Amino acid sequence: MAQTLDYLNESPSQTAGPYVHIGCTPNFSGIGGVYAEDPGSRMVNDKTLGERITIRGRVFDGVGAPLKDALVEIWQADAAGLYNSPRESRGQADPNFSGWGRSPGDMESGEFVFETIKPGAVPWPDGRMQAPHISFWIVARGINLGLHTRLYFDDEKEANASDPILARIEHRQRVETLIAKSESSASYRFDIHLQGSAETIFFDI
Amino acid sequence: MADDKPHGGYIQRDRDRHPPACHPGYKTSVTRSPQKALLSFPSSLSEESGPVFSPSIIGPRDNDLLHNFAADGESAIGPRILVYGQLREQSGRGLPDTLIEVWQANAGGRYRHQKETYLAPLDPNFGGCGRCMTDARGYYEFRSVMPGPYPWPNGVNDWRPSHIHFSLFGQAFAQRLITQMYFEGDPLIWKCPIVNTIPSRQAVEDLIAPLDLNATIPMDTLAYRFDITLRGRRQTYFENRPEGM
Ligand SMILES: [Fe+3]
Repeated sequence: MAQTLDYLNESPSQTAGPYVHIGCTPNFSGIGGVYAEDPGSRMVNDKTLGERITIRGRVFDGVGAPLKDALVEIWQADAAGLYNSPRESRGQADPNFSGWGRSPGDMESGEFVFETIKPGAVPWPDGRMQAPHISFWIVARGINLGLHTRLYFDDEKEANASDPILARIEHRQRVETLIAKSESSASYRFDIHLQGSAETIFFDI
Repeated sequence: MADDKPHGGYIQRDRDRHPPACHPGYKTSVTRSPQKALLSFPSSLSEESGPVFSPSIIGPRDNDLLHNFAADGESAIGPRILVYGQLREQSGRGLPDTLIEVWQANAGGRYRHQKETYLAPLDPNFGGCGRCMTDARGYYEFRSVMPGPYPWPNGVNDWRPSHIHFSLFGQAFAQRLITQMYFEGDPLIWKCPIVNTIPSRQAVEDLIAPLDLNATIPMDTLAYRFDITLRGRRQTYFENRPEGM
């Protein structure tokens, strides 16, 4: 016998279930008066630096139906490419931008919406620049472990072409599943497909 | 907490201890489970950073589900419980100053939600949501009522054991986790299709909180202890010390 390594195991995941909105967005789910506002409902204020953008999308199941009980969270850098996090050591992120958003999705259409800003570029650990991107995390009834993915922008073709993650995707036609489409000025659509021929690339990070 | 030392990112998730995406016994997972392989890559700052919450968002009754939705002078109905424990990462280090959100059914097993159809009554003094921040050593606590079991449409006679849902942030987006806490001794745990998505009995036991009589408030509230572990960072030799992370 050798010595043992005393690492603890990560607690196992369990589905967020159909009532995740009670705990994460109680005001949205009709439980008012407990929290002043739902966490993650406001990412920007009047003083936030950068280009304002809107991101809309839906999460589709394997039958092609939109989920009406999903919860979507995003995490991104500010306009200068800095994260509003203690882990950020390259400079001081914009104090008027949280970088984190949470959207419950509309109860009828399933559409999620984020009012945010276009993120700046962030370096890869080896120093190369990544294309501007937003990290996504999706939970819902029937999703046993939260799903990580990323949004990239269709108007950043040059940056996308040299992005270290996009570059390593073997099935090139699947790269499109990570690219948000411009709908009008400053508005993007990013639909997420859990299954099927258009299945979004999900990340094991 | 700021640190600029190099490190190796997060320890890879042990997916053999998590439920697989598709588990046919939990029917909803069948059409909501990705079928292609996940894309693996070493984490970067995008995943190794994460949102931080100011303690100022936490109101004085946010961690008191007995009263945070109740009318003045009223209290939620049901067995009174205190849930406490430590949030730590895989190294054993407590995770300080991080947000924990919880939600649950009332003592009769009924959620306060417009899509809820169970015939058990709503408790007018119980909302079912709460939150707290961990302290400097990663400990948290909240008070509530013991949630009741409830039936759900999966098989014709499936029941959820008593449980509390937990949403956990840690310090990095890579650590984000939602899970559920179960109560020691509940016979429904081992019959639940959602519990049984977890591949091993030992991993299930990591989600079962023991009764802790030493932490009860005599003549007032029973206590359950629930420790939670989030993914840990891979450490280099030079940062492998408690104050170095
Ligand atoms: Fe539940």
